[in-house]
Amino acid sequence: MLLSIEGLTKRYPGVVANDDVSFQIAAGSLHALLGENGAGKSTLVKAVYGLVRPDEGRMLLDGEPYAPDDPRAARAAGVTMVFQHFSLFDALTVAENVGLGMTERVRQRDLSERIRTVSRDYGLPLDPDARVGDLSAGERQRVEIVRCLLQDPRLLIMDEPTSVLTPQEAQILFATLRKLSAHGTAVLYISHKLDEIRALCSRATILRGGRLVDECDPRTTSSRELAERMVGGTLATPQLRKRDVGATALAVDVLDQPPASPFGVALRAVSFEVRAGEVLGVGGVAGNGQDELLSILSGEVRSRIGCVRLGDRDVSRLGPTARRTLGLSTAPEERLGHAAAPDMTLTENTIVTGARRMGLVRGGLIDWKRAAIAAAGVIRSFDVRTSGPHAAARSLSGGNLQKFVVGREIAQKPDVFAVNQPTWGVDAAAAAAIRQALVDLAAQGTAVVVISQDLDELLEVSDRFVALNEGRLSDPVPTAELTVERIGLMLGGAAGGPMPEAAVA
Amino acid sequence: MNGIDPALLIAALMVASTPILLAALGEMVVERAGVLNLGVEGMMIVGAVSGFIAAYGAGNAWAGFGAAILAGAALALIFGVLTQGLVSNQVATGLALTLFGLGLASLLGQGWVGLKGPGLGRMDLGPLADLPFLGRAVFRHDLVVYLSLGLVIVLNLFLFRSRAGLVLRSVGENAASAHALGYPVRAIRLAAIGFGGACAGLGGAYLSIVRVPQWSDGMTAGAGWIALAIVVFGAWRPGRVLVGAYLFGGISVLQLNLQAAGAELPIELLSASPYLVTILVLVLISRRRHRGGEAPADLGRPFHASA
Repeated sequence: MLLSIEGLTKRYPGVVANDDVSFQIAAGSLHALLGENGAGKSTLVKAVYGLVRPDEGRMLLDGEPYAPDDPRAARAAGVTMVFQHFSLFDALTVAENVGLGMTERVRQRDLSERIRTVSRDYGLPLDPDARVGDLSAGERQRVEIVRCLLQDPRLLIMDEPTSVLTPQEAQILFATLRKLSAHGTAVLYISHKLDEIRALCSRATILRGGRLVDECDPRTTSSRELAERMVGGTLATPQLRKRDVGATALAVDVLDQPPASPFGVALRAVSFEVRAGEVLGVGGVAGNGQDELLSILSGEVRSRIGCVRLGDRDVSRLGPTARRTLGLSTAPEERLGHAAAPDMTLTENTIVTGARRMGLVRGGLIDWKRAAIAAAGVIRSFDVRTSGPHAAARSLSGGNLQKFVVGREIAQKPDVFAVNQPTWGVDAAAAAAIRQALVDLAAQGTAVVVISQDLDELLEVSDRFVALNEGRLSDPVPTAELTVERIGLMLGGAAGGPMPEAAVA
Repeated sequence: MNGIDPALLIAALMVASTPILLAALGEMVVERAGVLNLGVEGMMIVGAVSGFIAAYGAGNAWAGFGAAILAGAALALIFGVLTQGLVSNQVATGLALTLFGLGLASLLGQGWVGLKGPGLGRMDLGPLADLPFLGRAVFRHDLVVYLSLGLVIVLNLFLFRSRAGLVLRSVGENAASAHALGYPVRAIRLAAIGFGGACAGLGGAYLSIVRVPQWSDGMTAGAGWIALAIVVFGAWRPGRVLVGAYLFGGISVLQLNLQAAGAELPIELLSASPYLVTILVLVLISRRRHRGGEAPADLGRPFHASA
């Protein structure tokens, strides 16, 4: 056994983050660590990486006692970690970033050569002289991985590595991890994406509420079983209610939109309609115009007259507030900083979008009492786990903040609701709750547009499906008639080749 | 325009630009480490008065420069302790430092107004000084002018070629990450702040000991603010900071010459021209090149190490 964790316990004021956790990681194994947000996964790996000192219990590395005081000690012992939010310097080059993270001093030129060698050996294409700020999320992650690999680790910890990757980038990552494992490096892999874990890992440790609840072989356990063990109960698939589809609520007509930023995607001849009580699913790999499509709908980007109609009203030239007032609500992908202001309270974040439709402003002044009640209402009806409406948006976990953001818009009873990546980086229970909320909203007569990379999700919630490829929208297909092959073909153009299996699976 | 000698004009612009160049180079290092110190004006003027007093007292210009360096660094370290140790707001603290410096200099300088300092001889560069034109324009200056130019080169090598410079930049880019990698963020920032203060003090002393050369109240007259602006428009790069400082100094000297030569332009326009032209040119430079023109990402953000 490479690493043995015995009776590890870590208490914080008011919460036991890890409660007597014991398990072992074999050398060269691909080991999954599963659990909902707040189950104690992060605390556990931080203890292994020397960022947190456990209160009780001990760890053995190769049979020797292992108690790192800081990450440097952990790295010296052969334990490295790739963080969910990268710890990179945007303005510096790849080589400079890697050099800063190395304990030994290496000349910049030798370092570039070593980076090239490692990135070639492990199939992680990387240019040492590129500036990190210009790289995609997948490439940034490669920088972190290469930084780890240069130190010849025996255990590599990865915290939600695919949450920022496109399916293609995820495939490259999996190939790298398998190669590492074959070379004898163990990987401790944390993820919400159960399909991924089933395809990649040979062993899974499941945490719930800080305790170890199960260990199993994920290859022979179904995703549903895994999810239910994480949650500790049965998992609800959205209850599809009988819905009456009404009149056209939102129509987008032959919209051509140049990209707003140099890295954006142009939308080309996009046309679609959504009717009241219907869910339209927009599938596609990220970076094919999803953000642009949502900003066209939200009003952050205005379009040519006649392109966007809400009911029988042309809203093309209206801004977000005016559209919201008329009943068109949106929730963008980026939760912190776009959908919610990180350092403002949930009450304040409620006022920001809900002022008009929730009647939170009277005579030009904010009615704080009503706003707090409205925020508390959202928190209650969408089961947002937080200390209350006065909590800062930043303090919420990703899943809880997403429930709040979606709930805030739904509470305004919009006629049309468009949401981008509603369950991105959200744990299984929260994702199920959000999907149910979207389906329920449609059942109440709202037209819903769901933009997502997660095809299972779209198949689950939507009535009709369209694919977004390089800014073009396919013709809509009723979800009931869809097969996986058909979706693959619809999305095929997006990547300029066949879709990797992860996106279709 | 007769009456204006190009060689003398260049010579004058180098002298006129040196205080701003020194202060701007120091502030550039501070900002590269992620700290915004708006107290440059205050540190310059305290450097000017303490440098003048020390030089006059000792009868030696170099004693004055040494005192100014110490005074500037000491004042900067007040700022450093407040912003890095006590995590006070950098903008407010920097502004307060300027006000404090102006007041302190005014107090210290009472009784020294109008006296004549010892001055500083030009460096003996042998035959170079006898070159036609170039000799008179470039090679007949004092040592501090050449030191400031050397500092441009040294800082360029330090920031972009040395590991220490890389660490300094990483602290300014992302203090939290640098801390996570095990670099002492606060100590590095304090060192940068001290260096910035020393440069500002030296720049101030150059005004009172060489350029004017005497002490008068408020004699920096906004040079510290110009230095701050030049750092920004110079995109935090030593070479461009040099261009900015010399451009500003050059236009200042030129417009004075034009006024003296009786040019048919409104005096107000001539007086404003250094500011206008410098900003215009530096904006154009930074527009042309997209990359490298960005501010250090953590500039002005306080860093507080937490578990």
